[in-house]
Amino acid sequence: MEKPLLSVRNLTIDIPVGGGTLHAVRGIDFDLNRGETLCIVGESGSGKSLTSLAVMGLLGKTIRRTADRMDFDGTDLTRANPRTMRKLRGARMSMIFQEPMTSLNPAYTIGDQLTEALLLHKPVGREAARARAVELLEKVGITAAESRLSQYPHQLSGGLRQRVMIAMALMCEPELIIADEPTTALDVTIQAQILRLLYDLGREMNMAMILITHDLGVVARVADKVAVMYAGELVETGPAADVFNTPSHPYTRGLLRCIPLPGKTERGSTLGTIPGIVPSLVGDIEGCAFRTRCPYAEAACRSEIPRQGSAGHAFRCIHEDGKRQAEEATA
Amino acid sequence: MLTFILKRLGLAVLVAFTVSFISFSLLFLAGDPAAALAGETASGEDIESLRKLYGFDRPMLVQYGDWLFSAIQGDFGESYYFRLPVASLIAERLSVTMTLGVCGISFALLTAVPLGVAAAIRPNSIIDRVALFLSVAGQAMPSFWFGLILIVIFAIQLGWLPPSGASSPVHFIMPTIVLGYYAMPAIMRLTRAGMLDVLSSDYIRTARAKGAPEGRVLFRHALRNAIIPVVSLAAVQMGFMLGGSIVVESIFALHGAGYLAWESIARNDLPTVQALILVFSMFYIVFTFLADVLNAWLDPRMRSS
Ligand SMILES: Nc1ncnc2c1ncn2[C@@H]1O[C@H](COP(=O)(O)OP(=O)(O)OP(=O)(O)O)[C@@H](O)[C@H]1O
Ligand SMILES: [Mg+2]
Repeated sequence: MEKPLLSVRNLTIDIPVGGGTLHAVRGIDFDLNRGETLCIVGESGSGKSLTSLAVMGLLGKTIRRTADRMDFDGTDLTRANPRTMRKLRGARMSMIFQEPMTSLNPAYTIGDQLTEALLLHKPVGREAARARAVELLEKVGITAAESRLSQYPHQLSGGLRQRVMIAMALMCEPELIIADEPTTALDVTIQAQILRLLYDLGREMNMAMILITHDLGVVARVADKVAVMYAGELVETGPAADVFNTPSHPYTRGLLRCIPLPGKTERGSTLGTIPGIVPSLVGDIEGCAFRTRCPYAEAACRSEIPRQGSAGHAFRCIHEDGKRQAEEATA
Repeated sequence: MLTFILKRLGLAVLVAFTVSFISFSLLFLAGDPAAALAGETASGEDIESLRKLYGFDRPMLVQYGDWLFSAIQGDFGESYYFRLPVASLIAERLSVTMTLGVCGISFALLTAVPLGVAAAIRPNSIIDRVALFLSVAGQAMPSFWFGLILIVIFAIQLGWLPPSGASSPVHFIMPTIVLGYYAMPAIMRLTRAGMLDVLSSDYIRTARAKGAPEGRVLFRHALRNAIIPVVSLAAVQMGFMLGGSIVVESIFALHGAGYLAWESIARNDLPTVQALILVFSMFYIVFTFLADVLNAWLDPRMRSS
């Protein structure tokens, strides 16, 4: 089997807050192969953004990150010095952020900002960098690309800015691209379009992609692997088809009930919601974090939660197959 | 950019005219100019003849037009006290004031901006505290007191620097520090606040995500945006320094324009006061205009508004 491009083991992220420590991410594992798309899903606050920032080495100074292993193509990211990280960022791994309106520097032209990463990392001249920028702007579907280079961010619409952000992330043809809810700030009508574009470009350049999104419809279409996060833990991971067809963790099933899926949701059936609230992340959580909202919770859920399933498709629950078959039988 | 500059220039000219009218009117607000000119012991007849001689009996607007026309040509009339052309009087004093102002603002900027940046990079660190201390001290300490302390230490005790006068560059060292230190706290705090704000912004994260080295992130991406409000503040401070350096000029016996203004007010020397007010206001207008242009260059969003 090929060695994964990115391999993360027991990643933990702690944030000191007034009156304690917020355990935002609690020991998560995942692997990502070259050219593969991993979708991370989960409710707001489950630690998706922090996980991606941790991989990029972009967490704030006050945030503590530990991991048994964080391996990017042979480089140990847990031990990498700032210089090494800087050489990886923008060149071999890049990130597209949630906020296109504020993620571009208002003082510089689109051209300056697009070419920056390329000029920093590769021995190319200004002209070549600009040519590459034009090429990518055209690829992301921006018309009159040449003339956009001299425009400033405030002269572009949100959709255009996000396209620019995508082009910017692709400038050095990174091996890994992390897109953190790249379309939430945009008009619904162009959300799907942008995601499609991003996905196609990823395929074309054989990039590995971590896509964070709330849109399970998108996940169903593009993901090779899915990771479901809940309160800082990965409650279920596996190949997309497996997770969608045999969702083992009760939370995953809850999420899937919240969205209509083509071919899966019957016309006229009601969409579910998951009642209850996420436990506080400050301090330790005893046992399963989801037990306060889980319909199958019992006393044993307060104890240590085993990891079940295969190495490929794993979930954390005390119940065998997470009560999936029992649930399907009653449905 | 060009249309922006032209617009601002037009505005500046408009403001300049308004200001010139106001400073002209001061002559009349201050009482009967003929009486002031004639002195306290003069008879009514003397005052009347002076009124005719100086043209104070004409309609105000005519007088204004006349005055403005001469002023544009550099003729501000004659000082009541010195009996010399006001223009040459001011020109002579202005070089001292300008030197002091330019040195003062440069000193303030060169200390405040690096300190503000350093404090913002490491909030609550030693350097942040030092910066805060310096700024509070600068705010609390009256200029005259600080000036005197410097004179006592460096001129009297150590004998390193001359205590007063303006005959050589060395004479400007202490006045520069006193004047600059006065402007420093505000500039420093604005730089620090601006940098803190910008450093937590999304586009700084983007710059880091591109793998930009820290120095490039701080100066090219952050400072460029954080400095924008500082430019406007520095322009106002600079204008203030030119007009308001009276205290510093008096302590160090630098006979500059600020000192002249103070003297002339005391002597009721209206043409000089009038001309000085006009000149100081023009400086404000010019600096504000330059700051606007500089800001537009720094911030493309301003160019289109
Ligand atoms: N700098 C910070 N200081 C304190 N708490 C933080 C900080 N950053 C994140 N958190 C907290 O950590 C938790 C996880 O945050 P994260 O941004 O990773 O969530 P997310 O899964 O990306 O959510 P969303 O879908 O809303 O983007 C949240 O509870 C959040 O409030
Ligand atoms: Mg997020």
